[in-house]
Amino acid sequence: MNEAGFPLLSLVTWLPLVGGLVILSIRGDEATVAANARWTALWTSLIVLVLSLVLWVKFDPTEPGFQFVESVSWLPEYQVGYKMGVDGISVLFVLLSTVLTPLCILASWESIQTRVREFMLSFLILETMMVGMFCATDFIVFYMFFEAVLIPMYLIIGVWGGPRRVYAAMKFFLYTLTGSVLMLLALLAMWLYAGTTDIQTLMATQFPPAMQKWLFLAFLASFAVKVPMWPVHTWLPDAHVEAPTAGSVILAGVLLKMGGYGFLRFSIPMLPDASAYFAPFMFTMSVVAVIYTSLVALAQEDMKKLIAYSSVAHMGIVTIGMFTFNEQGIHGALFQMLSHGVVSAALFLVVGVVYDRIHSREIARYGGLSDRMPCYALVFMLFTMASVGLPGTAGFVGEFLVIVGAFQVNFWLALLGGSGMILGAAYMLYLYRRVMFGRITRDDLRHILDLSPREWAVFAPLIVLTLWMGIYPSSFTSFWDASVAAMVKHHQAALETTIKIAGMTH
Amino acid sequence: MIYTLAIFAPLAGALVSGLLGRSIGDRAAMGASVLGMVVAAICGPLAFFQLVAGGHEPGVISLSPWVEAGRFHVEWALKYDTLSAAMVAMVSFVAMLIHVYSIGYMGHDERPRYRFFAYLSLFTFAMLMLVTADNLLQLFFGWEGVGLCSYLLIGYWYDRPSACAAAIKAFIVNRVADLPFAVGLSLIFLKFGSIEFAVIFPAVAAHAADTYSLFGKTFPALEVIGVLLFIGAMGKSAQIGLHVWLPDAMEGPTPVSALIHAATMVTAGVFLMARMSPMMEFAPYALGFVTFIGASTALFAATIGCTQTDIKRVIAYSTCSQLGYMFVAVGVGAYEAAVFHLITHAFFKALLFLGAGSVIHAMSDEQDMRRMGGLAKLIPVTCALMWIGNVALAGIPPLAGYYSKDLIIESAWGAHSAVGTYAFVCTVLAAFLTAFYSWRLLFMTFHGRSRADHHVLSHVHESPYVMLVPLFALATGAVLAGWALQGWFVGEQEAAFWGASIFNGPHNHALESAHHAPGWVKILPMLMIAGGIGLAYVMYIASPLMPLKLASTFRPIYNFLLNKWYFDELYDAIIVRPLVGLARGLWKVGDVAVIDGIPNGLAGLTSGGSRQIVKLQTGSLAVYAFVMLIGVVALIGIFMLIR
Repeated sequence: MNEAGFPLLSLVTWLPLVGGLVILSIRGDEATVAANARWTALWTSLIVLVLSLVLWVKFDPTEPGFQFVESVSWLPEYQVGYKMGVDGISVLFVLLSTVLTPLCILASWESIQTRVREFMLSFLILETMMVGMFCATDFIVFYMFFEAVLIPMYLIIGVWGGPRRVYAAMKFFLYTLTGSVLMLLALLAMWLYAGTTDIQTLMATQFPPAMQKWLFLAFLASFAVKVPMWPVHTWLPDAHVEAPTAGSVILAGVLLKMGGYGFLRFSIPMLPDASAYFAPFMFTMSVVAVIYTSLVALAQEDMKKLIAYSSVAHMGIVTIGMFTFNEQGIHGALFQMLSHGVVSAALFLVVGVVYDRIHSREIARYGGLSDRMPCYALVFMLFTMASVGLPGTAGFVGEFLVIVGAFQVNFWLALLGGSGMILGAAYMLYLYRRVMFGRITRDDLRHILDLSPREWAVFAPLIVLTLWMGIYPSSFTSFWDASVAAMVKHHQAALETTIKIAGMTH
Repeated sequence: MIYTLAIFAPLAGALVSGLLGRSIGDRAAMGASVLGMVVAAICGPLAFFQLVAGGHEPGVISLSPWVEAGRFHVEWALKYDTLSAAMVAMVSFVAMLIHVYSIGYMGHDERPRYRFFAYLSLFTFAMLMLVTADNLLQLFFGWEGVGLCSYLLIGYWYDRPSACAAAIKAFIVNRVADLPFAVGLSLIFLKFGSIEFAVIFPAVAAHAADTYSLFGKTFPALEVIGVLLFIGAMGKSAQIGLHVWLPDAMEGPTPVSALIHAATMVTAGVFLMARMSPMMEFAPYALGFVTFIGASTALFAATIGCTQTDIKRVIAYSTCSQLGYMFVAVGVGAYEAAVFHLITHAFFKALLFLGAGSVIHAMSDEQDMRRMGGLAKLIPVTCALMWIGNVALAGIPPLAGYYSKDLIIESAWGAHSAVGTYAFVCTVLAAFLTAFYSWRLLFMTFHGRSRADHHVLSHVHESPYVMLVPLFALATGAVLAGWALQGWFVGEQEAAFWGASIFNGPHNHALESAHHAPGWVKILPMLMIAGGIGLAYVMYIASPLMPLKLASTFRPIYNFLLNKWYFDELYDAIIVRPLVGLARGLWKVGDVAVIDGIPNGLAGLTSGGSRQIVKLQTGSLAVYAFVMLIGVVALIGIFMLIR
């Protein structure tokens, strides 16, 4: 059937949902249900993780196309099928989702005490939707997963969130939904033109340049909100601030990647002319995002908000890299997405550690924690440095490659896009100083406890990944090397064809 | 093998003491860290002598691939040539001495010390990675790594707000310079298709005519690269404009100032320029810029050094100034002299800092020279060592500074260019000021009447041997290094010694013309030094009231120098404050009021509007009928009018 011999991708996608059904069937008093739900969710997500590691081992990095392909006829009269497959661009995002889910479940072990069963259920559904979205190779299937991700996330924010959770959840939902409606229109237009929704066929289809522009704008409306790009980013800080720690982790770690993934999967390969046409616009918006949100981050008084704004800035680097259309830029964008998925997820967990103890996110509430929490100080420093982009950590490789890629486009793009390097250092070190350095002035901080073994278990994989990605990034870049090379080639060929056709008509 | 060991032993020490420090205890952690350094200090110099005298071949030790992205490819690798090996030998040796010294110096700190030693060893590792880099990205790894350790060590006493502020300042100012550096790397990649030295250097001549457009003008690409990389070097090496972090960095413990902010890290910029010599040789305008900045810094920092009263800050400005000398040498093409001065400077400046640390230690953490004086009788050994350090720094023969510093002044003269002459004048004047502030420091600290209170004085004691022995070793270096190494570094064996590690273009005769400088060029610095010492003697020993009188007579000038040319105030006013204001403005106005305001306002309008409409539904039939009637009348009216 495929390289694994069985429908691996479907299994990885749907298994969490099966775990969810098991959780639903648990009976008993509240404590029993909660304990069982936790363990079931953890085991389910761990099994999914192990299964997904088969992808890591069996994936053939020399093959640029889709692998582990599954295809089931679904709506044959409309040329729509249930099609799954991963290529170099999507495979590591599947792994990112399956790695972060068990960590999130572990991180909410003690902090979620109400409606535990429903929480775990939402998380497993969320995992199904995320994995399905990265695996889908049919546009309709993709669209369904893409939209369905919103529902569990909406619930996680709206039910287990902070005081303003309803406002934040509604804002999150409305912002992301508005864009999606336009994407649906674009999808229909593409289906009418090409007669199929198979992604591989769509990639090979040449859409007329005028149509491409409209399609691009429709996609932009959807993906830009997800990334999020300036100026449609304001839902993110609110969502992060109100979401429970695990919600923030998945939101920053995986959900923000959906926009970037969308650009790379649809906009750039399917609409090469429009992408090239809009590239300067994308660069402008991205540079504004980097500088603007970095500065806003500098002024924040809430830890989670600060990290949320830093996410917007980091994703600005991603969008710069993608639209350079050269290998270094796209490599850098992909790497930056992956490293941001690890590092910002870890930073939200870092905030979660002190939030669980003191129940405040206000930066001024803290200070001098280094004295009492040396291990925490070390972990926090490591991820701060990764966020700042210190060489040897995950954050550096992507950022640097994007600068190299951007420079091939324009000097100022590289310099202004790279200014995140300076501003990022400013807001992160300023945050670290206010939280960790100084003297302890409040009584409840005098007895604050250092990391527990459970928290170490959550951080350990992220620490390993952060250093691994920084010191030996080749084990990650090799996955998408062939796909990116093919993509760059495809893009250049498409642009040349357009020029030729234009030449003929004149 | 030995070479690899020299580089990774400090890392092992850092990991053991940093990660296991709390479980194995302070003493064991310290032992592990010092042991790692001793191994490095044996292997590093050994590898150097094997290369220059033992017949070993230069080469590259390849460790593993690092970043691969399409055509972009770099490796983790250790370069083994004279320049790298000399730096490894110096760094590992000085760092080992400073580790040993720290055992004594940090002995009274109430916190556990494993953290300090872990940082110090980690720093050494990063510095060694920097100097052995085989490509610019690994160099950048070391470059940022030493920046991180410098940040951690400046902020070591993290409960002091001033230390935290200084740490952040150091990191961010360095980052400001690193951005152009990174952009410079991108330009190299664009032009050469690689950032590995082995690929770039042979190709430089072929790319000499390449151009790059910027600001709507076309520039030679190599000049642009040279300037971008030099801006990076300016940040790390604290050159004028980007020097503001270095004096504040003195908030860190004194061994840190000696190791990082004098002997090793701050010289990374000079090393970078020497390493890039095959490229810089094709960028004469960039080199002119280097000379200009170096010469200006040499003089500028020396003027500030003359008015500072904190003993460490005087030495910090002196470091700034000496780095300026090194860049002058780079700028006129005498890279060999720059590296030579770098090595000798490491000995005597580390000696001065550690000596100052010994004074501070003796004076119960007093750093202000106005509350010292007359200490020569109480701590004679430290006093003697400080004298040696200052004699070497001033450049009095036959100590180390004489050989290296005079050569720089001579090569500036030998450049016979406008900017070279400017550099010659600046460096000669700076030599006068150097002698003045050095002896001012000696006189204020050790001689004359004591100005300390008797409580402090009663506790003054000579430092323990664990602190003094490293000082003796450094003092030996400060006395002998110049004389012993000059044959290799800048003398008759120079060409064979450097091999291919430093490149001089065919038109470059900087060292030649320096050696053939006329007698007066060689005598002039001596006169300046004598003048500087004489002036210091008059002002601080013969008539101690004179400085006060001068300060009040020339108050504006004095304040200008005392406040360090108002650089901090200027940056605060034109960069820091506007940015902080802008940050708040963008948040409160941009995000909250405008971007969020529009959708929130629309939502408010919808729900508010519906609330108003609800009010119309009163439930009274009479009102409804009346409204309908009005409606019908209006409709008919419109119908009639339009017809």
